[in-house]
Amino acid sequence: MTLALRGGTVVTAEGEVRADVLVDGEVIVAIGASLRGDTELDATGCHVLPGFVDLHTHLREPGREEAETIATGSRAGALGGYTALVAMPNTDPAQDSVSTVEYVRAQGRAAGLVEVVPSGCITVGRKGERLAPLADLAAAGVRVFTDDGNGVQDASLMRRAMLVARDLGVVLAQHCEVSSLTNSAVMDECACSGELGLPGWPSVAEELMVQRDIDLCRETRSRIHFLHLSTARSVALVRAAKSEGLAVTAEVAPHHLLLDHERLRSFDPVFKVNPPLRSAADAAALREGLRDGTIDAVATDHAPHPAWNKEVPLDEASPGMLGLHAALGVVGAALSPSPSDIARMMSTAPARIAGVSSRHGVLPSVGGAAHVCVADLSARWIGGERPTGSRSANDPWVGVPLVGTVRHTVYGGRATVVDGEVQR
Amino acid sequence: MRHVLGIGDLGQERAEAILALVPRMAEVRSRSVPKVAALRGRTVAMLFLEDSTRTRLSFDAAARALSADTMTFAASTSSMKKGESLRDTVETISALGPHALVVRHRASGAPWQVAAWTGAVVVNAGDGAHEHPTQALLDAHTIRESLGTESLAGVRVGIVGDIRHSRVARSNVRLLRMLGASVVLVAPSPLQPIGVEGWGVDISTSLDDVLEDLDVLYLLRVQTERISGSAVPDSGEYSRRFGLDEGRVRRLRPDAIVMHPGPVNLGVESSVDLARLPQSVVARQVANGVPVRMAVLFDALAGVGVAMEDA
Repeated sequence: MTLALRGGTVVTAEGEVRADVLVDGEVIVAIGASLRGDTELDATGCHVLPGFVDLHTHLREPGREEAETIATGSRAGALGGYTALVAMPNTDPAQDSVSTVEYVRAQGRAAGLVEVVPSGCITVGRKGERLAPLADLAAAGVRVFTDDGNGVQDASLMRRAMLVARDLGVVLAQHCEVSSLTNSAVMDECACSGELGLPGWPSVAEELMVQRDIDLCRETRSRIHFLHLSTARSVALVRAAKSEGLAVTAEVAPHHLLLDHERLRSFDPVFKVNPPLRSAADAAALREGLRDGTIDAVATDHAPHPAWNKEVPLDEASPGMLGLHAALGVVGAALSPSPSDIARMMSTAPARIAGVSSRHGVLPSVGGAAHVCVADLSARWIGGERPTGSRSANDPWVGVPLVGTVRHTVYGGRATVVDGEVQR
Repeated sequence: MRHVLGIGDLGQERAEAILALVPRMAEVRSRSVPKVAALRGRTVAMLFLEDSTRTRLSFDAAARALSADTMTFAASTSSMKKGESLRDTVETISALGPHALVVRHRASGAPWQVAAWTGAVVVNAGDGAHEHPTQALLDAHTIRESLGTESLAGVRVGIVGDIRHSRVARSNVRLLRMLGASVVLVAPSPLQPIGVEGWGVDISTSLDDVLEDLDVLYLLRVQTERISGSAVPDSGEYSRRFGLDEGRVRRLRPDAIVMHPGPVNLGVESSVDLARLPQSVVARQVANGVPVRMAVLFDALAGVGVAMEDA
């Protein structure tokens, strides 16, 4: 069975070419004019990009299936143009054992819409007390380790984890939050939080840990990846670390690029997220960091929650928001990026950081894996108009003008999304 | 909807209109039968999700004095612990058909959320560290009455204590500035709110520096666990720096008044008994709570086809 993507502009390593793409099995077999397939998808007016890779997805399974399952999260990912999702380990049980990691991977395979790439915990149960079995997990294929949701507070533990990670050739991904500064916080600490009487999460709580881990990275000569950076100062710290030549990478979440803490004036817990929405100036610095390559990747931090964890007062509400379905539209609206910028930020760079670049994040090429996103990069839409695919409804993008829609997604040679609809 | 959510949402015109109703409500209270039929047939539901006896009783007395029926839902546990969301709770109570919901909640913003989930008029009886509009209204009325002036222009009010965590301070700052008073907030820096520079008030870290300029000394209730947790080592040090004592009473201007939203932590914010202090108007604040809340409920429910003339 062959599949032809016809009439699009293909973003290749040699540049953009107006061409059809022919897929046979799981591989791209031809890029050229007038290619016909058993199945044909119209790509007119669209760009053919490598399938997106999300470094930061909360799939909630096992343990929180009322919020999302691996199948529904995969659906949201496919709708967003993703062909690989790194599954965050704050499940129940946490992904701190080979059996849980294997379960997540198997559920991903069963869903069959994206590759689900399990991450592992740095510490047992994400408690920050003792190291998880990093070597066993690495042997089971885990390449990214994180306690996401919690920062590793203990500097000595983090230092040892970095040394072990260096030995294993894996990367630690830090959720930067000095928790003693963020007790009971529900939003950014700012003039707005002061006025609203809401407990604040100061920027310095993130920046202190970014600085600490840059120093530990230098000292241990290991790699570090910073999850969901949210402040201008964090961007500056990472920029300096990179110019020093340290093996530091960073990601930013779509919501931190385009939304700011003024949203909390509505008291709508949909806008409660960790780290919190910051100032407009922080958002501008994050966009600049992404443009100049200080920030390597856009990572959604897709965090579904059921209504009963959001239709509650802010102090009780779970932090987090949906992201997979809208990430492309947000990046388009925030940055007006070139097609190759999008490929870099949403596919090649995150694939490299996640350690899956042998399979994902490769610009379309003959002989390459057929993981492809066909997107109309100039399509304007309003958040809420298109399905999220998620089991949950905590979508912060309702009513927000976005730019860029996913028309088709092809994963492993199979069309998982056709004309914006999941094929299952 | 004529919600009464925050002083900011209320606006000056409506705040003045509510304050203008208060003398008529006070007159009702002074009658031998202290009750009118103004809100007969209306039901006011009290949704108190944070411990509060005084404010609840005050609202209840106000509703009854206007012949409204009342019902009370009180719980200090979180909705999550009860296994239902706040929205579920609000929708259940709304299904009982109240015309107004009086909401007290430990979380800032909860009354705004409630307003989105109910068809009833919502009156904020205090939310987190955010707003307590009826307290500010009764305080403004008490200041006018005690100083014998309609206009608060030129009146200097010093608010002392844990400003950062105080809804009373936030609502009072908004209303007092709206009415023309000048405000100085007095607290150690860790108890000053983030961004207070933008509030249009003066800021001081020393009570002694500002004491002699004040027409109104407004002492906030200080939660001792907040003190030991953050700002100063203990309540004794707080009391020495920011508490009212005999020496500071002597330095007050002769016509100054002392206020407190109650209940007073004796020995912390004041080591003199505010119930006995001649300058204290604390009892008057409590008494004014009822006619002010009558005015608020009448204003909020006036749009539902009820007229004072029906009384």
